[in-house]
Amino acid sequence: MAEFEPVLMARIGKPDATSLASYQADGGYDGLKKALSMAPAEVTDIVKASGLRGRGGAGFPCGLKWTFLPKDHPGPIYLCVNADESEPGTFNNRVIMEGDPHQIIEGIAIACRAIKAQTAYIYLRYEFGKSYRVLQNAIDECYAANLLGKNILGTDFCLDVYLHRGAGAYICGEETGLIESLEGKRAWPRIKPPFPAIEGLFRKPTIVNNIETLACVTHIVRRGVDWFRSMGVPPDPNNPRDPGSFGPKLYCISGHVNKPGCYELPLGVTARQLIEEQGGGVWKGRKVKAVVPGGISMGFLSADELDTPLDFSGPGKAGCLGLGTAAVVVIDDHTSMVDVLFNCCRFMAHESCGQCTPCREGTDWMRKILERIRSGFGKSKDLDLLMEVAGSMGIIPGTTICGLSDGAAWPVKNAIKKFRGEFEEYIAKGMKSELPVLVDAH
Amino acid sequence: MPTVIVNGREIEIGADERLNCIQAAQRADVEIPHYCWHKDLSVVASCRMCLVEVGERKPDGTIAMVPKLVPGCQTPVKAETVIVSNSPAVLAAQKATLEYLLLNHPLDCPVCDQAGECFLQDYSYKYGRGYSRLQEPKLLKPDKDHIGDQITLFTDRCVMCTRCVRFTREISGTGELQVIERGSHAEIDIFPGEPCNNKLAGNVVDICPVGALCSKDFLYEQRVWWLESTSSVCPNCSTGCSIRVDQNKDVVYRFKPRHNPLAQGEFMCDEGRFGYKYINSPDRLTQPLVRLEGDQQPTDWETILPGVRAAIEGAITAKPQAVAAVLSPWMTVEEAYLLAGYLKNLSKEIRLYLGPVRVVGDDDCYPKDVHGNAVAPTRFTIRAEKCPNRQGVEAIIRHFQGSTLSMDDFWKAVSAGQIDAAYLVGGDPHEPWLTDEQGALLDTLKLTIVQDILPSAASRRAHYVLPGGSFAERDGTFVNHAGLAQPIKRAIHSPEEARPDNRILWELAGRRGLFNAGRLRNEIAEHISALQALTHPLGEFGVMLDTPGKPTNASVVANAATSP
Repeated sequence: MAEFEPVLMARIGKPDATSLASYQADGGYDGLKKALSMAPAEVTDIVKASGLRGRGGAGFPCGLKWTFLPKDHPGPIYLCVNADESEPGTFNNRVIMEGDPHQIIEGIAIACRAIKAQTAYIYLRYEFGKSYRVLQNAIDECYAANLLGKNILGTDFCLDVYLHRGAGAYICGEETGLIESLEGKRAWPRIKPPFPAIEGLFRKPTIVNNIETLACVTHIVRRGVDWFRSMGVPPDPNNPRDPGSFGPKLYCISGHVNKPGCYELPLGVTARQLIEEQGGGVWKGRKVKAVVPGGISMGFLSADELDTPLDFSGPGKAGCLGLGTAAVVVIDDHTSMVDVLFNCCRFMAHESCGQCTPCREGTDWMRKILERIRSGFGKSKDLDLLMEVAGSMGIIPGTTICGLSDGAAWPVKNAIKKFRGEFEEYIAKGMKSELPVLVDAH
Repeated sequence: MPTVIVNGREIEIGADERLNCIQAAQRADVEIPHYCWHKDLSVVASCRMCLVEVGERKPDGTIAMVPKLVPGCQTPVKAETVIVSNSPAVLAAQKATLEYLLLNHPLDCPVCDQAGECFLQDYSYKYGRGYSRLQEPKLLKPDKDHIGDQITLFTDRCVMCTRCVRFTREISGTGELQVIERGSHAEIDIFPGEPCNNKLAGNVVDICPVGALCSKDFLYEQRVWWLESTSSVCPNCSTGCSIRVDQNKDVVYRFKPRHNPLAQGEFMCDEGRFGYKYINSPDRLTQPLVRLEGDQQPTDWETILPGVRAAIEGAITAKPQAVAAVLSPWMTVEEAYLLAGYLKNLSKEIRLYLGPVRVVGDDDCYPKDVHGNAVAPTRFTIRAEKCPNRQGVEAIIRHFQGSTLSMDDFWKAVSAGQIDAAYLVGGDPHEPWLTDEQGALLDTLKLTIVQDILPSAASRRAHYVLPGGSFAERDGTFVNHAGLAQPIKRAIHSPEEARPDNRILWELAGRRGLFNAGRLRNEIAEHISALQALTHPLGEFGVMLDTPGKPTNASVVANAATSP
């Protein structure tokens, strides 16, 4: 671990790191120049060969996604950049947007070169005011320096980047919800097919990528495929469908640790390493009860599953939904899992878009049941009911249009399965939770 | 022919048909329950009621199933598609979805207008569970009476299928309805101060699968299981929408559109939908009246019909070319045939006029854009011509007389003193069909016979008043703007002494037996080449007539089906 040198976060904290001059002094936009000297298909091939998987949550191979675009499409083709980072506990995009915006814009330009897009939209979470100012400033600088706009750096490549602020809904982070919202509509995820690569924004082929993914693209083009593949976890030889987890990843550690924060590490570190080596251990000398591996919709790791490697396939083997956004939330042994789960359900009930019946009604029902349990009126059969509701809401792969329902159901299934004893004790003893949840914290 | 396997049963579909699983299953008489899907609206696949298992039968006979449930509405079928809608997984999903839908739905069926024709009731009974496991209070959402002049919203009954929202966006194009709030708090609403008052607004009540959107006109009037329905045709414009007349005890309570790809499609306009009030009007002419000298006196049918007959024959003997008849475009083909045939049989010189054809503005096409201009492709048209059967009556007049004469010709002839006797069949029940000045002209006639349903300047002056029946009281045929002949059927009895026009004219013509629309239709088809298509029993959707310039071949029918 000691020899690992941060790349995505390398410049963060340096004086004037957000300026174009400082970025170029550190070799910035060399990757773009390199990409402009290549054919678009070659750029796609590099990203494909690197094994870069989307950092937004689902871990879909990025280069493969780009190849889904129709061949020889007359255009326009759009790139949508998903900066609507709203999974609880996640702040990795924010850190790099605020600290080093030019590596993102360079990544956007390279990606647009690869997919032959001439317009990119950055969909930014509304609450990120500083990110907005920093990114807008960076975009303005790029236009002034002919790194964006017409005939970039004297080539025939043209690119416009628009920064769009959302209006505060979690569902806008779902790729088709994001597209609908960008079109000025209610962010109700679309039915698929057609997938966005065929028919997306304004009914044109569209690629939606996460901020961190695009930052990785910058470094892959600049440093090469071999550098990227030197980090991470190779494919599981027993699973032919596992493309492996390569490259650096930004891990967000929050919750009951001494040093919460965003740390860049190669994919595949274990939860225990993260907590102890980076997070400075659990606070107040307490023990870990549970760890959220990557945003609450991924479920929970229990204390004896801490050696699970946090790569794209690791948490899945421990019964979680996946790596998600790699937002590690540590829960100490003084915390009631009933409270934790209630908070998850409250969030999901608040953020369900209301389109599909199971999610719209199920999320709120689970919240109501947990609210009742927390008030001391729980019944033992409530746990089975919760499991049944969660089961019918999200049968992977889901019964609803988007993945929110699966993500809302998973922590319920996980928590009751892994901490059933605690729930039963809570109900049997008629315990009540005096602790208020942070009702307005969303 | 491609084969689709529905619950183990093989059915064939057309080679170029684009069906989804719901439609394919319907062919096999299998119901896949659904709320949000509607044939004429875009697919959103959000209610999740139609989840089914699908797969494909391989050439070697093995079946590969998709390893998850998919919405039937969103999944197209192709050759060898396998649909399973009765597996344990599907039944469990249906049960779960219904429990979700009923979580916050008030069980107020006893006071809900939709009860009896509610898909939430029906599906809960068939696919749901007997009780809810929700122990917490239901969400309460305020009712929205302000949502439109004709519609009201019981917000907490809504299942968020968004059919109404899509209707106002895709069919009317006016887009008044929208979803507000999020998650379980989502509600249908309007933009403040912009109620849903477009001319097609009443359709959102029909397409609402539950009792959320209700018609203010019908609200709390009747329980739907008391109503008896009769297939008919809306008489309020020349589109001739296929409808259902819902009545109880000879009172008409509502019109509902009936699916007809040849006429209008699925919907109907509010003008037609609420244009039934005159049927129940207390002003209806209900008594035969005769005026020999002085005031009109009530009489009975046994007296008046011979009187009318004798008066007409007398007028013809005096001066046949001064006898005129006005045939209203509200008459059926059969009635026009009876009257025209009777009079022309007495004398060829009697002149037949086509009654007043009310035309209001231009054809009103939907959807509209934000500026109120129609956008192609047209999904619905409200015709400017506000009568149901101009084409049919014209065909009859042309047969007996070679050409038609208009109402203007009639009034000119009256003013010029060329007419001594007139048989006037009234028609338009919505607007007076003659002015008071025109009525005064009738004073110059020696004989005025008026057959109508509502009093008018003519009926007040008439020597003989024959109280007729509204379209809901008659059997017959209407021919719409495109030459589509559709049957109308008697739904209610005429009030008091009023009689359906067909019976009046049948007896006036001295025919034996009772009026029978089907038999008379055959007779008309035999005699009148323009109407020979009527020989076929008029099927569910009617038949296209061979009107000039409109060949009745399959392509026309197909075009009519796609662009009503």
